[in-house]
Amino acid sequence: MKAVMSNKSAIALYVLPALLLILIIIYIPLVLTGYYGMMDWKGFAPMKFIGLDNYNKLIHDSMFWKSTYHSVLLGICSTFSLLIYLAVSMVLASRIKGANLFRKIYLIPMLLSSVAIAQLWSKIYDPSNGMLNHLLTSIGIQNPPLWLSDPNIVLFAIFVPIVWQYAGFYIIIYYAALKNVSEEVIEAATIDGATPWQVASRIKLPLISPVFKVTIILALVGSLKYFDLIFVMTGGGPNHASEVMASYMYGEAFSKYNFGYGSAVGFALLLICLLMTWLIRKLTTSGEDVQY
Amino acid sequence: MNIMNEFAAHKRSGTISDTRVKASFGSRLGFGVLYLILGILAVIQIYPLFWLFLFSLKTNQEVFGMSPFALPQHPQWANYPKVWSQGHINLYFFNSVWYTVVAVLLTIILASFVTFAITRMNWKLSRFVLGLFIVGLMIPLHSTLIPLFNFFKHVHLINNPLSVILSYTAFNLPVTIMILLGFYQAIPREIEEAGVMDGCSVHRIFLRIVLPLTTPVLATTAIINMIYNWNEFVFVNTFISSDRWKTLTVGVNNFVGQYLTDWGAIGATLMISILPILIAFLLLSNRIVEGLAAGSVKG
Repeated sequence: MKAVMSNKSAIALYVLPALLLILIIIYIPLVLTGYYGMMDWKGFAPMKFIGLDNYNKLIHDSMFWKSTYHSVLLGICSTFSLLIYLAVSMVLASRIKGANLFRKIYLIPMLLSSVAIAQLWSKIYDPSNGMLNHLLTSIGIQNPPLWLSDPNIVLFAIFVPIVWQYAGFYIIIYYAALKNVSEEVIEAATIDGATPWQVASRIKLPLISPVFKVTIILALVGSLKYFDLIFVMTGGGPNHASEVMASYMYGEAFSKYNFGYGSAVGFALLLICLLMTWLIRKLTTSGEDVQY
Repeated sequence: MNIMNEFAAHKRSGTISDTRVKASFGSRLGFGVLYLILGILAVIQIYPLFWLFLFSLKTNQEVFGMSPFALPQHPQWANYPKVWSQGHINLYFFNSVWYTVVAVLLTIILASFVTFAITRMNWKLSRFVLGLFIVGLMIPLHSTLIPLFNFFKHVHLINNPLSVILSYTAFNLPVTIMILLGFYQAIPREIEEAGVMDGCSVHRIFLRIVLPLTTPVLATTAIINMIYNWNEFVFVNTFISSDRWKTLTVGVNNFVGQYLTDWGAIGATLMISILPILIAFLLLSNRIVEGLAAGSVKG
């Protein structure tokens, strides 16, 4: 048994193709991004080593920090929206007929491409023919906002389809976790006279807190990576009012052909994502996980 | 179909539990309000898609002159064949189909090999290698774009489907392995022991005994991968510039950019791009739900 299952050449044959692939497509490029960030490399001219100049520029680049701020803001808003998803899941996981149907309906937007969602919502927000402003004027709002062309609300206007898109995803995660809470525990508590509210807040919530932590990471780090939707809906505009880290990096690299500086932004994006993941893990694993 | 059956099943089980619960008037009112809220949320989630379908069948006069909520007076089904042939949408569609199929197959084959070696075979670095794959979940793909673009340019894979398919495969391996992992760990060791007793080689054990056992979870990973690949945008937008090799997401985006004012055509293109996913969802909603939940939380 042991000899067969530790056959070295078989292990190499099974693991190496996939391992080589992720090294070439994911890990080596990550290292190279950091390295290219130290280059003066514009367009098709050859690259020239300039040390940390790009990173120095990055630290003083107010546009970069503005886009970082937008990304973090979207991340924080997304994290708070988790509470709404959790509330909906708790309702669904209690005695609700057709809960399965509801959570599947909620999931549908999650299956669509961000490009399709962005195009659809651009039409919904359309100032003259869109469905939203038509709805608003019909209930008596005189000058409905211009949504995507108003720098003050464009970020909010982008956040709404994000909530719409991901709602079903988090709801199925929470629903599955809540359904995993053992019936016996709940029954015992109910027999001891616990109200439904107490069952929810003292038993169910503590028991699914590990899942909740994972979703916080998913929401925050996922927000830092937002790109497709914003790129298609506004391209970071108007006047950078909806610029996020990934769209800033993409614009520097593939519109302005500043590959060197774009790489530095890309490397910063990587570091911020890893730092954020580590930070949340650190903050949320301090307490012992609850068990009953 | 699937959804409807389940709905019926739920209704049945619901009536049973209801007889146990003494429903007072207050709690019934409470449930009514809850249903109302759940129903409104369901409408919010679905209505935009229905609205998209409506304007895909409208003429510009209807879009610009009438209420956006009005039904199309004479449904313009011709919008669909028009964009299908005129906007290269047919070409993009088939590109999307075969990139998706090839990448899905490649991903689940490679992921099955790796997961088998990591969970069932004995070697020192297995934990470390698993870590490499799992950490891949947290990596922002934008941080790899410039070096990847440069690399593909040097090996002449820009404007070549291979660049896109390899990128899809690499970035989907982590989530695929994560879904497979739990399933492989649950397979009893006795199955392999029996195989070894019978004198099977490790390849035979994997291909003939273990891999066939994993068909249900392979179906789940395949559908999840299919959705991700079908919807992917950045890699194609960056590595492919010739119309010949674009996929539906990028093609649709360019198309909409060109035909800004023809809402009917835009609506029809968007409908064509989301239809395959919606059909897959109607047929396989349980697997999709299971796959999305499994792929996200196990970490």
